[in-house]
Amino acid sequence: MKAINKMKITFPSRSSNESLARSVIAAFVTQLDPAVDELIDIRTAVSEAVTNCIIHAYPDKIGEITITARLYSTGRVVIKISDKGCGIDDVEKAMEPLYTTGGEERSGLGFSVMQSFTDKLRVVSREGKGTVVTLEKYITLKQRQAKQS
Amino acid sequence: MGVNIESSPDGLIARLSGEIDHHSARQIREKIDAEIEKTRPKKLLMDFEQVLFMDSSGVGLIMGRYKLMQIYGGKMKIIGASERVKKVISLAGIERLGIFCENTGVSR
Repeated sequence: MKAINKMKITFPSRSSNESLARSVIAAFVTQLDPAVDELIDIRTAVSEAVTNCIIHAYPDKIGEITITARLYSTGRVVIKISDKGCGIDDVEKAMEPLYTTGGEERSGLGFSVMQSFTDKLRVVSREGKGTVVTLEKYITLKQRQAKQS
Repeated sequence: MGVNIESSPDGLIARLSGEIDHHSARQIREKIDAEIEKTRPKKLLMDFEQVLFMDSSGVGLIMGRYKLMQIYGGKMKIIGASERVKKVISLAGIERLGIFCENTGVSR
C-alpha cells in the first residue's frame, strides 16, 4: 500500500533536539487525527529512540540522526529513527528491561517504553555502521460526522 | 520549565514543570542535588503536577534522587503524577518502593 504522506528530517545529535523530534513527529502524525493518548505514545517512543542515538550511538561526538515517517490511509504510522553511530553489539541484551550502559541516571527503560507504547518495534544494528529503529503504530480512525457539523 | 525548589519544615519540595526528557533532566537533577547536598533534608517531595511530558529519563531522575536520599538517610515521595507519568514509571516496577503519595502531605 502506498503512503498517503511521508516526511524526512535530519538533525545533529544534540540533546536540545529531543524536543524538536517530538514536536515534528507530533505535527506530522496529527494529520491522521489521533487520540491524545495515541499521540503522546508516539511522542514518547520517538523521544526514547532519539535519546538512545544521542547517548549511545554518538557517545563522544555529534552525529546525524534521521527520522523518516509514513502515514497510511488505514491509520498505520511507520517511523524510522536511524543513526550512523557505533551500533549495538547485542541488541537482545540492550532491549532487556532495566539493562543500561548509560550509568546511574539512566533507567534502562528506553526500549521497554518503545515496545509498550507502539504496536511494533524493530531494531537493526551493525557495529560501527549504525542503528535503525522502526516503530509502527495504528491510529484508530474516527468516523467522520461530516454531514452533521 | 524545569524545577522550582521550596523548603518546608518537612524537607524539600521540588516542583517539576514542562517536559522532562534526557536534555531537561540533567539541569533538573543538578538543581535538586545541589539543594539536597546543601540542606540534607529528611524528606524530598517531587511534585509532578505541572509536568506536561515525561519519558524514561524521568524514571532515571526519580530513581537517582531516591538513591541519593537513601544515602543521606532520608525519604523521597512523588506527588501529583498524572496517569501518563505513572504509565512510564510503572514500566520500572518501582511502585513497591512506596514512593507514591496521593495527597500532597505538605501544605502549599
